[in-house]
Amino acid sequence: MSKMTLTTEGDKHIVVTRRFAASPEAVYRAHTEPELIQKWLLGPEGWTMPVCIHDARPGGKFRYEWKNGNGQGFHVTGEFLELEPYNRIVHVERMHLPDPTPDNHIETRFDPDGAGTLMTMRMTLPDAETRRQMLATGMEHGMEASYVRLDNMI
Amino acid sequence: MIGQTPNLDAAFSALSDPTRRAILARLVLGEATVLELAKPFEMTQPAVSRHLKVLEEAGLIVRRVEGSKRPSRLAKDGMEAIDQWLAMLREALARNYDRLDKVLADMKPETGKETL
Repeated sequence: MSKMTLTTEGDKHIVVTRRFAASPEAVYRAHTEPELIQKWLLGPEGWTMPVCIHDARPGGKFRYEWKNGNGQGFHVTGEFLELEPYNRIVHVERMHLPDPTPDNHIETRFDPDGAGTLMTMRMTLPDAETRRQMLATGMEHGMEASYVRLDNMI
Repeated sequence: MIGQTPNLDAAFSALSDPTRRAILARLVLGEATVLELAKPFEMTQPAVSRHLKVLEEAGLIVRRVEGSKRPSRLAKDGMEAIDQWLAMLREALARNYDRLDKVLADMKPETGKETL
């Protein structure tokens, strides 16, 4: 079963789609209520999000901090530009590694899809080089996930 | 895996150029010479050669010598490395959304109890 798609578009965009067996309202809430976000936006196994500051209103800021059991961690900060409950969120974010990465502008849509929801997240990076670096960072996290799984098997 | 990282870095850098992506798309159809590649892209042969050099150094194509020609074709290993990497990135994201499925399933009874 492949519910998710991840594609690059042009030089600066990354588009992710995913279908959920829940209403747009529920999926939107899971993206805007901190106590819900902390349950799923965790990346590889073994990571937790001890800090989730989330002021979901236009102009509001957010800050997510992740850490794993080995004392490693990083955080993301961002601002909300537009919020249309339960349909659309537009925000900018950057990762702090610890230097901030260039802003990633993200539009997330929640469209009714039968009894469920089709989520479409469209990221816009400043240029092709930034996208390349962001994808490379994603790779490190993907590799971390593989290592964590390996640890579990040993 | 770790040995592939610098190669992937060069590969993504090489892929950031639309002309080079178009050249790769052409090579999916099979081997081609510089002359054959220059024609559809309306580029000079030296310009195509420069792009081919970048693609070759990134491990995305291989070239063989055939008389005075050096036909190019896709490098299986380089293209597979990119596929594998994208698969890993997909997996990290997919994992988040699998967790979100559970969160959404847990929300349903709560939503029913709410007076809103």
